[in-house]
Amino acid sequence: MIEFQNATKVYESVDKSVTAVNNINFHVEPGEICVFLGPSGCGKTTLLRMVNRLIPITRGSIEVEGKNINSMDIIKLRRSIGYVIQHNGLFPNMTIEDNINVVPKMLGWDQNRMKKRCSELMEMMGLDPGQFQKRYPFELSGGQQQRIGIARALAADPPVMLMDEPFGALDPIIRDHLQNEFLRIQKEMKKTILFVSHDIDEAIKLGDKVAIFDTGELMQIGTPDEILSNPKNDFVRDFVGDDRALKRLTLLKVRDLMVLSDGFRKHRLNNEWHGQVISVNENLKTALSHLLSAPNGEVCVVDDHNKKLGVLCVSDFNLFTEVHPKDISIVR
Amino acid sequence: MSGKKTEQIVKAGLYLIIISILGWAYFTGAFQFIIENPKDLLYLTGQHLKLVGISAALAIATAVPLGILITRPKFKRLDWVVLNFANIGQTVPSLAILALVMSYFGLGWQTAIFALWFNSLLPILRNTVAGIENVNPQIIDAGNGMGMTSKQVFFKLELPNALYAIMAGIRTSVVINVGTGALAFLIGGGGLGDLIFTGISLYDTGIMLSGAVPVILLAILLDFLLEKLEKIIVPRGLQRTLEAA
Repeated sequence: MIEFQNATKVYESVDKSVTAVNNINFHVEPGEICVFLGPSGCGKTTLLRMVNRLIPITRGSIEVEGKNINSMDIIKLRRSIGYVIQHNGLFPNMTIEDNINVVPKMLGWDQNRMKKRCSELMEMMGLDPGQFQKRYPFELSGGQQQRIGIARALAADPPVMLMDEPFGALDPIIRDHLQNEFLRIQKEMKKTILFVSHDIDEAIKLGDKVAIFDTGELMQIGTPDEILSNPKNDFVRDFVGDDRALKRLTLLKVRDLMVLSDGFRKHRLNNEWHGQVISVNENLKTALSHLLSAPNGEVCVVDDHNKKLGVLCVSDFNLFTEVHPKDISIVR
Repeated sequence: MSGKKTEQIVKAGLYLIIISILGWAYFTGAFQFIIENPKDLLYLTGQHLKLVGISAALAIATAVPLGILITRPKFKRLDWVVLNFANIGQTVPSLAILALVMSYFGLGWQTAIFALWFNSLLPILRNTVAGIENVNPQIIDAGNGMGMTSKQVFFKLELPNALYAIMAGIRTSVVINVGTGALAFLIGGGGLGDLIFTGISLYDTGIMLSGAVPVILLAILLDFLLEKLEKIIVPRGLQRTLEAA
């Protein structure tokens, strides 16, 4: 649990003062990913760095796990929070193993425990410990380095993680791949995560909550669906883009649409199906894309066991637009 | 690619110069002089090494800590003062320093060591400061964010990552000092300058080169040894990074 109360950061210089973060109030539940979203200079990174006191707070308070951060020892606080930055920040003079063990070593873990934890984390990140742990960061690709960056932040099993555009410097394919793995790992780990991003698609994909900032102010906070379907003001509307209805489709799966429509045109399945087939777990944006490219505007929906469930066509999407987002349970 | 080619050409040129000097030394009878007076030569080389060794050790012991000190946040405002002072110091010719210092310390090897020490300060100081200031700020940020104390940030991140530059400064100043050390003879500091200046006074190129050739070989040898040392103490992860870049 992380709670911001009137959190404010003012930079004072001789002739003027700049408010980088202004009176922020919200909280993040345990096990949630909250994505800070906004253009550069909006204060999102400043707010993130205030949590582990890399930037001291000017007014207000931030509580982590029920404790005011200013009442804690700064070194202890930072060691209890995982920290991942863009370009990974791996230490080039240390091996992968030493990099991962930085925080456990400072906490005084014994050798065996560190070794075990290191292998465990590397396996979780899909990197063979035997092959990689004695290597140096420069010997790894950008994607591999970023995985190690995340493993390093997870090393001492902190309940809270701060991630500053961790996937920002990766190419789109690797980024997508790492995002999926990150979500898979988070499902087991249930960390409370603050995640800075400037990419709306990333925020929708990863966030349980999305907080949108502009010029140091919190514009809107809510689930991705709330943000996309009910932008609170012009700034949020502009920022999420004119295709927000399409983006919203990525939040829902064919399964959700099926619930609304009581299944699709089962009778059509009596004949043999020669057209395209999609999984019931596919998101609706991909489904729509399939439909638009299907010769007769229809695709067959199948479940995990390849059993045909029904036939989907574009008109089914009408059901979805009429429904208020709150009424749809998001299947993740 | 072209950088590597240039490097090869320059290297080949240098070897050519060294070989021609050795050839010159051979024909002027320098080697014969060396063979006939092995004890003199060993004694003078020993003196020369002592001058260079002590002055380099003192210079490292002053310039590295000073460089570290002025990169600490507390003293950062002072770094331009120190660097400018060192820069101006470097513009004073070695011979002038010898003459100036002589009036305080008198004749002898202490004076020579002081002058050599003074001469070595700038390259080491410069490289120490540049090395530490050029450590990627991202890794310092990561270190701080992970809860390293400022001591840990320095010893685990800043210093190891600056070692390559610091070692380069030490190598430069040692090689320069081997050459400058020849001047020590002028104030009674001994060293291989003895043979060089004797040769000049006697118009005997052979004797002059019997001092100069060992100076050249000494400089090359010390640089080679320091390069090996560098390979040992600079973290492996950094050496390869620089090779790849």
